[in-house]
Amino acid sequence: MTDHSNTPRTTPRASATFDEYTLSEIRRAAATGIYDIRGAGAKRKLPHFDDLLFLGASMSRYPLEGYREKCSTEVLLGTRFAKKPIELKIPITIAGMSFGSLSANAKEALGRGASAMGTSTTTGDGGMTNEERGHSTQLVYQYLPSRYGMNPDDLKRADAIEVVVGQGAKPGGGGMLLGQKITERVAGMRTLPVGIDQRSACRHPDWTGPDDLEIKIEELREITDWEKPIYVKVGAARPYYDTALAVKSGADVVVVDGMQGGTAATQEIFIEHVGIPTLAAVRQAVKALQDLGMHRKVQLVVSGGIRNGADVAKALALGADAVAIGTAALVALGDNDPHWQGEYEKLGTHAGAYDDWHEGRDPAGITTQDPELMKRLDPVAAGRRLANYLAVLTLECQTIARACGKSHVHNLEPEDLVALTIEAAAMANVPLAGTNWIPGSNGTF
Amino acid sequence: MNLSLKQAGDVAGTKLVDLSTSSVRELNAALHALAADTNETFWKVAHPNGRHAIAAGLDAAIDIEIDGPVGYYCAGMNKRGRVIVNGNAGVGVGENMMSGFIHVKGDASQSAGATAHGGLLVIDGNASARCGISMKGIDIVVKGSVGHLSAFMGQAGTLTVLGDAGEALGDSLYEAKLFVRGSVAGLGADCIEKEMRDEHKALLASKLEAAGILGEVDIGEFRRYGSARTLYHFHVDNVSSY
Repeated sequence: MTDHSNTPRTTPRASATFDEYTLSEIRRAAATGIYDIRGAGAKRKLPHFDDLLFLGASMSRYPLEGYREKCSTEVLLGTRFAKKPIELKIPITIAGMSFGSLSANAKEALGRGASAMGTSTTTGDGGMTNEERGHSTQLVYQYLPSRYGMNPDDLKRADAIEVVVGQGAKPGGGGMLLGQKITERVAGMRTLPVGIDQRSACRHPDWTGPDDLEIKIEELREITDWEKPIYVKVGAARPYYDTALAVKSGADVVVVDGMQGGTAATQEIFIEHVGIPTLAAVRQAVKALQDLGMHRKVQLVVSGGIRNGADVAKALALGADAVAIGTAALVALGDNDPHWQGEYEKLGTHAGAYDDWHEGRDPAGITTQDPELMKRLDPVAAGRRLANYLAVLTLECQTIARACGKSHVHNLEPEDLVALTIEAAAMANVPLAGTNWIPGSNGTF
Repeated sequence: MNLSLKQAGDVAGTKLVDLSTSSVRELNAALHALAADTNETFWKVAHPNGRHAIAAGLDAAIDIEIDGPVGYYCAGMNKRGRVIVNGNAGVGVGENMMSGFIHVKGDASQSAGATAHGGLLVIDGNASARCGISMKGIDIVVKGSVGHLSAFMGQAGTLTVLGDAGEALGDSLYEAKLFVRGSVAGLGADCIEKEMRDEHKALLASKLEAAGILGEVDIGEFRRYGSARTLYHFHVDNVSSY
């Protein structure tokens, strides 16, 4: 018998295809028979704003003096038809997140932080709460397929209306709110039995397609006497056509949400495999507006993975009028904070990775309806943190804009950008750094 | 009120609005501007010609009679108003109604009474697909038949159908109560026929009475449908229904 004890062995090799996460998901699926549900947006590595760089000023472009020369940041949304457009002091808004998915304290904190910085916040798939309305100087009221809590009084006390066709985390999917979070108050606002696993519709109940949407928008304008800006929000999938059709339908503002945009709860497989990255969506949406002669007339709000002032500046340079933040706003409030590391570990996760927002056990008291957990979030202090964060995003964006010689952040333009990768160059329609090459620059996508 | 509403004239205390000479915007603006204690409580609208959003956003305890067919979303989000349509109604008549009364004397298109929270919608003729979709407390009485997917995801309220119901009645139903006198082409996921007990007969009688037809039909001929509540919680055994 041959002795193999001294034969060198290869290092055990894990499969790149069947990696550790994949194996764990197969085991979980086999044990439960139900798909994995989680919150947040796409977690995979995607082409993103990090793949772009600003060129800054040089011999042919003059920078502005930081702290001395003004770089304006105000934004008007809804100038096309609305009698009362939204006036934001900064080009960063708070994306739609529902009461139900978030605690009342979290919604209050979002309102406080946004209002302190002169920007708007947005309701979600669960109606408008008094806390939210009371603490938001400018509140966008979402009009969703479920129409939970929808009523004309809230419609009239909103500052703008956002017709939600889809969201980046799940274009083509409806909302979910599992029973743990359907408390008596949440159930009452949604006219649902307490404790059920709520499934929102994915299509609107009384219109189908852009021709109907045009009539729906006309109705909403009639109900609100043509005062409110009407946004149309789409998940990034076919942003060129969706933007064009939203304009055709009469939108004042188009909101395009990339696949990094978060959700309160949906299937993991949906989040990671449906839709396109934010970077890939912006230029297509802008091109649609330009082709229709509506760029800057119908405003464009971009969301999905906005983290810092550079992301804001890049989105604006590509042609957006403003950005919206959701996940980053929650982190600013205290979501996934290392302070709660011990409790995250008890939930089988760790700070920074916690995404079981649907379970309602958020140690930070944000994505929960548990009264005891909710108390952990001080809405005043959390609102202050959000205001600080928004201020930093704005200052960072201004810093870049000044470096590019812009006296308003809207003066940033694609010409200020280059890409680090061929993919990003193709998606953003800007040259690969150090070259004049824009992949696909023959005029087609 | 500074409006250029071209009225056909006031007849015996009734405000007359002719939509062949006035716009829907002018009509709705006038309706929205009514004071809470208005004495202009009777309105007639002529020549609607299928225009959309007529009387949308009404929030006044007044009567409006519309002489002719209306387009989409007539009396959408109505609060307190009593609206009579002497003709057919387009998509979404009475959508998201909160309270009040809408009476369509002809047929209604798709999504009649969609997502409505309250009030009573009576349709003398037939209603097309998705009648009462996502209803949240409205009472709907259809004297004719309803199309497919009626009361889809119905959350609360009642849908009473004197005629037949199309495919997938009450699909993914929550707590809305459905009464059908005629045939049902098929029930949707989680919708089942339920026993018609005395309290349900009394409930049905109250809806028929509100619609002004109590005694005209035999309550014993109706069958009741409701949620089996098996889809209220995600479970592997229900995977074929998701």
